[in-house]
Amino acid sequence: MSLARRSASVEFHQVTKAYGQVIAVRQVSFVVEAGSLVTLLGPSGCGKTTTLRLIAGLEMVTSGRILIGGDDVTRLPATDRDVSMVFQSYALFPHMTVLENVCYGLRASGQPRDRAAAAARESLALLGLSGLDERLPSELSGGQQQRVAVARALVLEPRVLLFDEPLSNLDAKLRRRVRGEIRDLQQRLGLTVVYVTHDQEEALAVSDRIIVMDHAVIAQQGTPSELYREPVNRFVADFIGDANLVKGTLERTDARLGIVTLGGLRLSLPHREMPEGVVDVAIRPEAVRLDALDGGNAPLVGTIQKAVYLGSHMEYIVDSPVGELFVIDPSVAAPLPAGAKVAIDLDRHGVTVV
Amino acid sequence: MIDRNVLAWAAVGAAAFLVLPWYAIEDGVFTVTWLARYPGDPAVAPAVVQALVHHRLWLLPAGLLSLAPIVGLGARHGRGRATVLFAAGGLGLAWVAVQGFAIGGQPGIGIGGLVVVTSLLMLFSIGLAEMGFGNGDRFVSAAIVVVLALVLVFVFFPVARVLAAAVRDDGGGLALGQFWSTFSSREIWGLDCLTSRVGCGVAWNTVFLGLLVGASTTALGLAFALVATRTAFPAQKVLRMLTVLPIITPPFVIGLAVILIFGRAGAVTTFAEWAFGIPASRWIYGLPGVWLAQVLAFTPVAFLVLIGVVEGVSPSLEEAAQTLRAGQWRTFTTVSLPLIRPGLANAFLLGFIESLADFGNPLVLSGNYSVLSISIFFAIVGAQHDQARAAVLSIVMLVFTLGAFYAQRRWLGRRSYATVTGKGDAGLHPPLPRIVRGLAYATAIPWAVFTAVIYLMILFGGFVEAWGRNHHFSLRHYTAAFGVDVTDSGIRWTGAAWNSFWTTIEISAIAAPLTAAVGLLTAYLLVRQRFRGQTAFEVGTMLSFAIPGTIIGISYILAFNTPPVELTGTGIILVICFVFRNMPVGVRAGIAAMSQIDRSLDEASLTLGARSLTTIRRVILPLLRPALVAALVFSFVRAMTAISAIVFLVSANYDMATSYIVGRVENGDYGLAIAYCSVLIVFMIAVVAAIERLVGRRRLGRRAPATVSLEGIPA
Ligand SMILES: Nc1ncnc2c1ncn2[C@@H]1O[C@H](COP(=O)(O)OP(=O)(O)O)[C@@H](O)[C@H]1O
Ligand SMILES: [Mg+2]
Repeated sequence: MSLARRSASVEFHQVTKAYGQVIAVRQVSFVVEAGSLVTLLGPSGCGKTTTLRLIAGLEMVTSGRILIGGDDVTRLPATDRDVSMVFQSYALFPHMTVLENVCYGLRASGQPRDRAAAAARESLALLGLSGLDERLPSELSGGQQQRVAVARALVLEPRVLLFDEPLSNLDAKLRRRVRGEIRDLQQRLGLTVVYVTHDQEEALAVSDRIIVMDHAVIAQQGTPSELYREPVNRFVADFIGDANLVKGTLERTDARLGIVTLGGLRLSLPHREMPEGVVDVAIRPEAVRLDALDGGNAPLVGTIQKAVYLGSHMEYIVDSPVGELFVIDPSVAAPLPAGAKVAIDLDRHGVTVV
Repeated sequence: MIDRNVLAWAAVGAAAFLVLPWYAIEDGVFTVTWLARYPGDPAVAPAVVQALVHHRLWLLPAGLLSLAPIVGLGARHGRGRATVLFAAGGLGLAWVAVQGFAIGGQPGIGIGGLVVVTSLLMLFSIGLAEMGFGNGDRFVSAAIVVVLALVLVFVFFPVARVLAAAVRDDGGGLALGQFWSTFSSREIWGLDCLTSRVGCGVAWNTVFLGLLVGASTTALGLAFALVATRTAFPAQKVLRMLTVLPIITPPFVIGLAVILIFGRAGAVTTFAEWAFGIPASRWIYGLPGVWLAQVLAFTPVAFLVLIGVVEGVSPSLEEAAQTLRAGQWRTFTTVSLPLIRPGLANAFLLGFIESLADFGNPLVLSGNYSVLSISIFFAIVGAQHDQARAAVLSIVMLVFTLGAFYAQRRWLGRRSYATVTGKGDAGLHPPLPRIVRGLAYATAIPWAVFTAVIYLMILFGGFVEAWGRNHHFSLRHYTAAFGVDVTDSGIRWTGAAWNSFWTTIEISAIAAPLTAAVGLLTAYLLVRQRFRGQTAFEVGTMLSFAIPGTIIGISYILAFNTPPVELTGTGIILVICFVFRNMPVGVRAGIAAMSQIDRSLDEASLTLGARSLTTIRRVILPLLRPALVAALVFSFVRAMTAISAIVFLVSANYDMATSYIVGRVENGDYGLAIAYCSVLIVFMIAVVAAIERLVGRRRLGRRAPATVSLEGIPA
């Protein structure tokens, strides 16, 4: 089964969706390339689900245009959009068996029973669900239910496949595995997938591109590494990778670079067109290096407030002249005790002016 | 691209216009005898012949408008075509309505007219859908339009007729002066009972009775609810059976039983005369009798409301009070009771409303104590035959009921502290304080015994020769009512009751599925769709619930006795009356059930390419089976026990069981009436049990675990 030839791009042009006074999505524009996986990421209530439902045709836009595969589908109802969706609750029909569930869409579009069943079995096999045909959804585990929901959506060979927080009902272990499976499947079949999550780690793990949303608008879009390394504002920096946000002063040195002063530390960083003077600086927790300070001196000195041992790494909260810093340190061999004085140094690649 | 829906509906409309008889046929379309006179005779001619041969040219536009969309058939799906459909359908409907009312001398509308109207409605809704209404879904748009049209024709139009009748004189002219003098008359608002022995106005009588009944049923209902949920009373199952009784009991049966006990020849009366020499009197006829009967009849309703509320009080709140060192009494008075208070108000208002709308009990018991429902009835069927007066009284009654409903929604909507959280709420309700428990037992138990006696009376009263005079066992009443002669030529149903019995079953059996269908469809539109004017739609569809049956009855007479919609004397009017009176019950059952089904199931079906009709058929209906069964049973049973609206609408050909029984009672033939009542009650218990067994349980068992797991998943 190859869906690559059917996969289509999705385009939003200035799309707004209002529920009465509440504006759930405001002037949103983006393009999802055919065959790519794009994540909508943002805190709860920012408009991700609404955006997804607009693609599906379950909601109609208030203004703006939606194109799928270059065709304007703005006024087309869900039934006619050739887009499938995997719901957060899976939405398996509880009164139908697994096979009946997967056949449902094919039968609704008028396929004869045996052809539909054959295609459904193939789709179930693809997801490793062979032999469960006659079970009811209530007789499956959470992970199996989830895969049945995916099989049901896939069997229609949709032009776009939508996922709304597909992992939120699974336990932590299963989440990691299932998200890998979804990514594999997407790449193997060349699917266009739009994927909603509020978990930044999940987004970074599966996406070709990420669209970060905040209060109904797009805060930033780009590849995972672009977002991680160059957040455009405090919100994105904070939301992706729990960056520390502190104040520093900026002096430009040339068209691209500037000197940022943080306490006694001076770093040469891209100034990103920020005005000189006091600026916000985002510091990744793993870009902070701590060294025990025994009576000596250093440009920036802090005190360990709290040290937490997490097996693979240490987490510290450090009090410093620029503010409280959250630090992740991979060296667990000789942890620093709470109350210790430390020299603070920063890795230039994890520090951004925002 | 030719649109098949448009083509089909336009063709249907055109065919009906050209072929089917436009007007209603005297003996009914299904008699076939009219075919002999077809198509020339003006009584049976199709519209096109009516227009061209019989000079009823005004019928032409309806047919032309239903054909208009065909002109634009080749046009692409778009704004232009949508407007054509919308305008043609809308204009056509308006035209049919206007000519029907404005041009006299026409018979009522018949099968041809009906089909043309349906086709116009469909074209209109397709146009609306293409303009984006109902999310562009034709089925949804058509469903909304059809339900709305039905409610307009069968609820709003009749009620409007009542209002109009109130301000018209016999000639049909506007007579506000007459309206005012009737409205403000002493018979309605007089307060003479305060100062002399003359009765008060009927409005005050009704309200006073309602307040008394509301208060009494609430008190009794609370006692029952406390006994049933908060004590270790051994026969709780039996107590809970009380809640089924009002559903299967025809509304005047209790009144009848009260007469058998306290009437002039009643058991207690004769005993008192024999033992203490108290002379028999008619004291029960009037306020005491009606009050007693209504309290007996409506206490289960209050019980039903209050048992939910009392059970709904979260035990953890009461446990919290106890850990804060409140004793049993203190916990009860400061936590439990205040939490129940909105439920009490609700039960009170319901009792008030039920009493106001009750027709059966006052009819057999009210004597000289006049109440509104009875006054309306006698204004119409009595010697006075004063429609205007009936209409004025109806307005008074309508204002009272709507006021009470409004109060209930407005005031209680805000104040219900539902404490059922959906979290597993473990914990135990504390025992009741001793005084409260004693009081509850002291009221509930005697009353339960009394209720049992009443029902025994009904079941066995039909087996005695003549109640109060001759208590020998006799099958006389049963043979008179349900006699069967088995002869060589077959079975002959000789009993006097068979005719109305079969009619009742037939009409109820036709009405039940229609009621369930309209009710559930409306529920689907309310819960699952979002469209403009939805709130008004909801109020409109629920309105008939708040209108007392008596008013529905008289409004149907006023509205459907003359063309353009002429239905009185037919079985159809009975069916329609049941459908629209009981529809709100179906709507509520549907809303409750559909709210339990996660919305994402429908949406999944839609994104999988199924249309909304397929979604309803394959996903929603199967999951809704329990609600479907409930709606079916309820509307069937309610149709069988209805009386207040029915007494106005029955005819010689279509007599219903309840109105037949009431007729017997008025003739003093209590034996037969009681016998018939018990047959009805037993029959309905059997039907309810059978339906539950057949449709209800089997499929549900398999689904139960799935439903549970569904609810566990957050949306
Ligand atoms: N049907 C609706 N009616 C009114 N407001 C809604 C509706 N659906 C969503 N909203 C509002 O739109 C906003 C975005 O919701 P949603 O897209 O569900 O957020 P997310 O999926 O990002 O958590 C929220 O403020 C929410 O309250
Ligand atoms: Mg969401």
